[in-house]
Amino acid sequence: MNLTEQWIAFSTILSREIKRFMRIWMQTLLPPVITITLYFIIFGSLIGARIGEMGGFSYMEFVVPGLIMMAVITNSYSNVVSSFYGAKFQRFVEELLVSPTPNYIVLWGVVMGGVCRGLLVGLIVTIVATFFADLRVESPLLTITIVLMTSVLFSLAGFINAVFANSFDDISIVPTFVLTPLIYLGGVFYSTELLPEFWAGVSQLNPMLYIVNAFRHGVLGVSDINIELALIIVAGFTVVAYSYAMHLLNSGKRLRQ
Amino acid sequence: MTVALSIKQLSKTYNNGFQALKGIDFEVKEGDFFALLGPNGAGKSTTIGIICSLVNKTGGQVEVFGYDIDSDFPMAKKQLGVVPQEFNFNNFEKPLDILIHQAGYYGIPRKLAEERSEFYLKKLGLWDKRDTPSRNLSGGMKRRLMIARALIHEPKLLILDEPTAGVDIEMRRSMWAFLQEINAQGTTIILTTHYLEEAESLCKNIAIINHGVIAENTSMRTLLQKLHQMVFVIDVKTSLEHAPVLSGFDCVLVDKQTIEVVVQQSQSLNELFALLSEQQIEVASLRNKTNRLEELFVDLVAKPSA
Repeated sequence: MNLTEQWIAFSTILSREIKRFMRIWMQTLLPPVITITLYFIIFGSLIGARIGEMGGFSYMEFVVPGLIMMAVITNSYSNVVSSFYGAKFQRFVEELLVSPTPNYIVLWGVVMGGVCRGLLVGLIVTIVATFFADLRVESPLLTITIVLMTSVLFSLAGFINAVFANSFDDISIVPTFVLTPLIYLGGVFYSTELLPEFWAGVSQLNPMLYIVNAFRHGVLGVSDINIELALIIVAGFTVVAYSYAMHLLNSGKRLRQ
Repeated sequence: MTVALSIKQLSKTYNNGFQALKGIDFEVKEGDFFALLGPNGAGKSTTIGIICSLVNKTGGQVEVFGYDIDSDFPMAKKQLGVVPQEFNFNNFEKPLDILIHQAGYYGIPRKLAEERSEFYLKKLGLWDKRDTPSRNLSGGMKRRLMIARALIHEPKLLILDEPTAGVDIEMRRSMWAFLQEINAQGTTIILTTHYLEEAESLCKNIAIINHGVIAENTSMRTLLQKLHQMVFVIDVKTSLEHAPVLSGFDCVLVDKQTIEVVVQQSQSLNELFALLSEQQIEVASLRNKTNRLEELFVDLVAKPSA
């Protein structure tokens, strides 16, 4: 395929993905917005008012970046895992596999679908957040960079999960038992400075800590961790996830017999 | 003549150790209407799966119009359209969207994709259903949708894996007519089917695959000539009390107005009619007791595997 044909194939996959999550917006866009709004109301406004300052900011201002990032991560991941597993389950993934579309175009088309949903939900949540906190972005470049990288990383992770999934149960295991605990323990609701030394050290092993704090640094200008290290870690995970996803597509593992 | 499909020493062993293909060879010429037949589990769908990249081969070589499916897969895939045995489209999408998306995967610009979608949906009687979620289509409509989808990039080689399974006879005949039309316009067609009368009436050449090996690969005419005898059912206008004695022919009385006659390859129907006329037996109609290809097929696949 020449470059024009590859672009048409990519935009077809992407528009199909966007149409899918827009068509079922009651399942894809509304629930995360309601959930995060409840976090704003309960943790930020009601309980947060009694907690006082954290990291030099009101508790509401402190949790907003983490909650936005949580929405981006979970939505990027769940969009790709449910869409691609659905295509596998109904076998219409074969439409792509029999076509001349190169594997990297297939992967980027699906991943960008996840990125679009992650960013759209993140944007809606951000707009909602402005009703609760005085949001300002200290470093727009860092904020956009980290949100894009994170969205790509978790879309890739969702793709890998979808390839290995054999049932709809399998696509909910990772979000429920891995992603959610790591996000909650990744400093969304607290600063690691509050933790005992041992647990603060253990938290350094949680990749979500770097993502949440890098985003918080972009928005508020404060962070518990080294930003350069955070960017390197996210980039490293992204390269590994992309390479593995391409390996799965090229080998046809769990996609071709 | 250009070779549309070349298969050399194609083999496939699945992870569970089952050897589905044991090094098969065959060719399909451009413009052919080719039947790939075999009993369930013979290796037909595995062969088709390998050709269209849904199954990884264990060994051998496949070329589509000279393009190797491994080293030149984009070009090989562009030549190829596939209608699989099972429905494999998004049930939540509409037929028009399914076709436009499929065109996009082949790099076809949106405007051309829309034009072709309209053409093929109209051609296959689905235009009125273009905005109906595909899960609401009947079985026959779903089959036609898959044919339209396979044709959207106008492939030179169309492979149909049991396209008329579960389709009523009227719809089956209209699909036959459509396939004959596109074959006449130059599309090479490979058909697998369990309806042997379908293969006999549509296909010029045939390969029969059994236990992962090619049991027969020849022209339909040559294959049918291998039939040593045929059994004809003859309805007569004269009421018969017993089977007529027809010199050289085995004849059985089915009922008072029906007889079954065995005609050897060396005999002709003219001889039979002459003998019936001599006995003032007037023939009302004549038909084969079983499909001719079916008789040969049963004989070929009944042979023990190599």
